[in-house]
Amino acid sequence: MSSDLLAQFAASIAGGGLTVVDLTQTLDPDFPQISLPPEMGQCWPFRIEEVSHYDDRGPGWYWNNISCGEHTGTHFDAPIHWISGRNLPNNATDTIPVEHMIAPACVLDCSEQSREDPDFLLTVNFILEWEAEHGRIPAGAWVLMRTDWSKITDPAAFQNFDEEGQHTPGPDPDAVRLLVDERDVLGFGSEAIGTDAGQGQHLNPPYPCHYYMHGAGKYGLQCLANLDLLPPTGSVILAAPLKIRRGSGSPLRVLALVPAGN
Amino acid sequence: MTEPLRRPKRKNPILRTRLPVVPPWTRSRVALGMTAAAARGSFELQRCSECGRIQYPPREMCSGCLSVDLSWSPVDRTGELISETELNHSHDLFFRERLPWRLGLVKLACGPTVVTHLHGDVPEPPCTVRVDARLDRAGRGVLIAFPDKEAPNMADDKQLREMTCDPKFRKVLITDGKSAVGQAMVRAVADAGASLIWVGHAEPWKQPPGFSELESIPEVTLVPLDLTDARAVREAGGSLGGRVDILINTAEAHRTHGVASRYGTDVARLEMDVNYFGLLRLAQEFGPAMQFRGADGQNSAVAWVNILSVFALSNFPPHGTYSASKAAAFSLTQCMRAEFKPNAIRVVNVFPGPVDDEWNQLIPPPKLAPERLAADVVAALKDGVEDVYPGAVAREWFSRYREDPKVLERELCE
Repeated sequence: MSSDLLAQFAASIAGGGLTVVDLTQTLDPDFPQISLPPEMGQCWPFRIEEVSHYDDRGPGWYWNNISCGEHTGTHFDAPIHWISGRNLPNNATDTIPVEHMIAPACVLDCSEQSREDPDFLLTVNFILEWEAEHGRIPAGAWVLMRTDWSKITDPAAFQNFDEEGQHTPGPDPDAVRLLVDERDVLGFGSEAIGTDAGQGQHLNPPYPCHYYMHGAGKYGLQCLANLDLLPPTGSVILAAPLKIRRGSGSPLRVLALVPAGN
Repeated sequence: MTEPLRRPKRKNPILRTRLPVVPPWTRSRVALGMTAAAARGSFELQRCSECGRIQYPPREMCSGCLSVDLSWSPVDRTGELISETELNHSHDLFFRERLPWRLGLVKLACGPTVVTHLHGDVPEPPCTVRVDARLDRAGRGVLIAFPDKEAPNMADDKQLREMTCDPKFRKVLITDGKSAVGQAMVRAVADAGASLIWVGHAEPWKQPPGFSELESIPEVTLVPLDLTDARAVREAGGSLGGRVDILINTAEAHRTHGVASRYGTDVARLEMDVNYFGLLRLAQEFGPAMQFRGADGQNSAVAWVNILSVFALSNFPPHGTYSASKAAAFSLTQCMRAEFKPNAIRVVNVFPGPVDDEWNQLIPPPKLAPERLAADVVAALKDGVEDVYPGAVAREWFSRYREDPKVLERELCE
């Protein structure tokens, strides 16, 4: 590898040969966070309070204190997040290999199906059909489930609760097993609040995407945006979680590099 | 007969909003006993334990036998109006703006002769009157004489309204309308004749039973308001703060843990974030604008109601962290009272016992119905009461708290 490659890379970004797409939702107090039954421990929503605003609290500067959970906003799930991945090596945000933070992506467009059925489950057949068109999902790639859910700006519609819980799309257990056991993917990304479907607790096992992915040392990305701007294959994802000691995840800025013309 | 209050016209925007002024509030320590009783809605005078004499004005010792063994006791309210004075001139700014003002001299059946404010329906002397204690706009205990027979629209009397916070024709913000108490509060305030009711709600994706039905009440407007979100409170304060006449803070976080039953601080933090910091955020964002409107015409900004808990007085260990957060909130409301007083905004604290709601499921009855709590809040506003102990449990605890807080603490530990 020559240093020319990086120079070419920088020039491509500057010159427009490579487009940088922001896959991140804005951290905002109104953005919904995962909502468990109220007696359980809760992930903090994003909150922001002024430290000073060019005023008596700090005459020349503006800054804020923020608070949130590890799983607030667009965020990364490390294997240690789930009980199935608790004993794996390098399973937390401070120890996962940095090489995994830059990786190719396969984008499976489920937007039409999700629009018709908010409980849509991504199946093995769907993946095989996608592969027939775009080629086999390579080992070490992110699989991103495009649903266009991120385009829903109303928090209530984004959460989509009724008296039986949340209704958002996700993968079914067999699909996850295919991706983990036979494709050896890097991880799974989604646009809704979890990598699992809103009704994922009623699948077998409950929350299959968390269970199998993290159990095999794979990662999760959720609350992604702009997946509609990515090609089915050919993009590269930059997803570097905060280096929290024994962290189970973290909010992060997720970027995609996309060759121009896609 | 009192002229019934009419719905006020909209504010004339070319006129300056007059600044609130209050009656002078300095009182001797001994005289504060009457204020304390009036704050609880009780009319009490000093009674000598030795000779039984009831005296007024308050003194350090009995004016009959010189005993210092005096206690504040509820007394017979009936009296005879001996004379009346109509005040037509005053150097005091508060009264100067409100002239003419009726005052009377009343010989109480229980003994002393007292100077009182006179309700407009009290006829010329001599006549029988009913004397009661009220808090004036400065939060000071004063006496007012009412006619011995009820008349229509008595609450609308000009002088009485300077001592009360009636929701009629007022614009009310209820900070959380999703809880059982919040929903009951909205209905009670609507029934009391509020002209506009803003109903705060957080986490729009959660739709608890009954909440959506509030929207069918014509006066109701839903507003997003999450007290844990500083920017949301600022936004609500910015858009509504200059219009709210009565703020009723129903928002609360309530879990059922002590120190040991829940490891970690997440629950305690949530309770503090809503119950204490939420109140602080509200007070900072709504307080200044409300205080500026303390004299804004017939329906000025007038009251700030905090739904606390009788657990604020003494910790209830099964709900220990909740009690602590309510104690913190209670302490802050005392600070708010001092700061709001010069601008005529009354801070009303409500100390209910266990409310019959989800988080008190395991507490045996009697539990306070949300509707009862809401009705008591409205009654307190109409009477101008400052400390409200709704329900039998709250009253019982409060009386034991007054007797000996240490005894109550020990009882609650068992």
